[in-house]
Amino acid sequence: MSDTNTNGKPKVAFFDFASCEGCQLTVVDSLQTHLDLLDAVEIVQFREAMTEKGEDYQIAFVEGSCTRKSDEARLEKIREQADLVVALGACAHLGGVNSLKNLHPLEDVRRWVYGDKADWYETYAARPIGAVIQVDAVIPGCPIDREEFVRVVKALLLGKKPPVPDYPVCVECKLKENVCVLLEGQPCLGPVTRAGCDAICPTYGDGCEGCRGLIPNPNENSMEDVLDEAGLTVEEVLSRFTMFNAYQVQERMAEEEGK
Amino acid sequence: MTTVNVNVHHVTRVEGHGNVVVDVKNGEIKECRFEVVEAPRFFEAFVRGRPYYELSHITSRICGICSVGHATTSLRATEKALGMEPSEQTVLLRKLNFHGEMIDSHVLHTYYLVAPDFLGVGSVIPLIETHREVVERALRIKKLSGDLCAMIGGRHTHPCAMAVGGFTHLPTEAELRDMRDRFVEARADMDETIALFASLPWPEFERETEYVSLHKDEEYAFIDGTVVTSDGFSYPIEDYRKVTNEKCVPFSTAKWTHHNRDSYMVGALARLNNNFDQLHPRAQEAAAKLGLEPIVTNPFLNTAAQAVEMVHCIEDGLEIIDQLLTRGIQPEEPPPVDVKEGEGAGSCDVPRGILFHNYVYDEDGCCVEANCIIPTNQNMANLNADMQELLPQILDKPQDEIRLTLEMLVRAYDPCISCSAHFLTVEFV
Repeated sequence: MSDTNTNGKPKVAFFDFASCEGCQLTVVDSLQTHLDLLDAVEIVQFREAMTEKGEDYQIAFVEGSCTRKSDEARLEKIREQADLVVALGACAHLGGVNSLKNLHPLEDVRRWVYGDKADWYETYAARPIGAVIQVDAVIPGCPIDREEFVRVVKALLLGKKPPVPDYPVCVECKLKENVCVLLEGQPCLGPVTRAGCDAICPTYGDGCEGCRGLIPNPNENSMEDVLDEAGLTVEEVLSRFTMFNAYQVQERMAEEEGK
Repeated sequence: MTTVNVNVHHVTRVEGHGNVVVDVKNGEIKECRFEVVEAPRFFEAFVRGRPYYELSHITSRICGICSVGHATTSLRATEKALGMEPSEQTVLLRKLNFHGEMIDSHVLHTYYLVAPDFLGVGSVIPLIETHREVVERALRIKKLSGDLCAMIGGRHTHPCAMAVGGFTHLPTEAELRDMRDRFVEARADMDETIALFASLPWPEFERETEYVSLHKDEEYAFIDGTVVTSDGFSYPIEDYRKVTNEKCVPFSTAKWTHHNRDSYMVGALARLNNNFDQLHPRAQEAAAKLGLEPIVTNPFLNTAAQAVEMVHCIEDGLEIIDQLLTRGIQPEEPPPVDVKEGEGAGSCDVPRGILFHNYVYDEDGCCVEANCIIPTNQNMANLNADMQELLPQILDKPQDEIRLTLEMLVRAYDPCISCSAHFLTVEFV
């Protein structure tokens, strides 16, 4: 356990692995309305936004998936130093779009992009950081929701469990009085996906893509029936489920095969 | 004789991972290069097999900063493959959304990532104490651009409402009128921005190169057009490979490109050099205040060119809002898609430069081939050529100053290494 700052502020660091860095940008954007966050914490490392690089921190926010063996050591070092490791966004939480590559043979993926130079670049199956190190809290989403980020930080600073909902997106969508996009024939994973995004995609006319991961005990069979009724083929249904959750779909298939 | 070892591992204040490696022994340069060490992400491989309507949603995830740019380029590629052209309203809304992202990205780069170098600090955070009005202005401009993108796409990073052929959600006229008022107010912030960047002592360095951008006769091109170069070449977008000529290099997960010379430059400076006449008159005035008169050959001034483009996007954005209000927002839904086999190439000049997406679809509308060529990759060979020419000119300076100047050069290109190949570190070995 490292010491807090002399002024009592916890020290916070941000790290990124394979990702688009959109979640860190969302963190930067949260300052537009919550500049006072900087009064509550001291940021000691945030490569995207600052040159200073402190290795003494209590809370580590990690964006991105682990996609190379050589990145595991970096993750383990973060785990060793931090009291709290927070997975920031779908890539760190689920594997996200990075794990779409796991649906193809790895060798094929490498050759497709880098041809006969594929051996120059290290990679392995993409995975959430929770598959490599223990994670204490998660801020889901692709990208994370700015307000949820602020809520989670406040909870962590108060020593509370972060308030991430375990009910589905449909609840928030109903509260917004949206017309159900499923009824309009659009595929939507809202019934099985974790809420907390304020149902932003259905609100803007697009079906939920499941970027926040599934709720506990989702009724996936029923969900598949609903998508089937919406006129989607088996391939399209699977495609919806794998867009952000390919790693989980594959894990579950492996588990079922093992039974 | 000079011996310099600079080894900047993971250059900061850039998007992604890259290193600068410099090794000088007895005045002789052994190594001087910029490495991209970002973990490769393989988008082109894993979009194969995905349905056409997912492509823009998946590829927007290439980059959290230019996600509107990737989505727009992706949609244009898909629309061309499926033989569709967007409506006039969709074209206007896409342009306005694109301006929002252009301002958002440029304010991030100019204020948050570059300005600290000139004010002698390591990030924007200490400036809250010393230059509060500058930070508040940056936050204000960023909020305006983010709110604009959210009004159209639902959110800036990874927009929800952008679809093949149109939008699944439309802004109201009341929202557009409010946005118009805020754009008018933002003019004062733009004046201050130009005054700030006109006062900065840009490093002196000139190296002329080939500048590549989109071009349209009727407007400052960001979406569609032809690919032009300052060496006098012009190509339809479909022939993009004649410009990019990609190749792998061992120390970079970002592929390198070259056209008429060993390297070329893309981005705000390339656009300004190629399309100066199409800039809004107020943006041309801003360029004059910043001393930018094409052809500008100092790459450090790419940041200044971004400031000029912010002015352009505010002024042109106002005109687009007025056009939309005059027409009235029509309750259009994305048109039905006639799924068929086909190939399409789309191109946009996104904040960091010209971007290409090229897809092939099968008869079920499933992607079978994809190619994305990212601006940052196209700048890599040019950045390295600049470094190699700049280093001998500054070798007599203290090592810290050499390091800072090289890092500033890297930052001037606004590299966005998170782009499918993520990238940057300065290593003085």
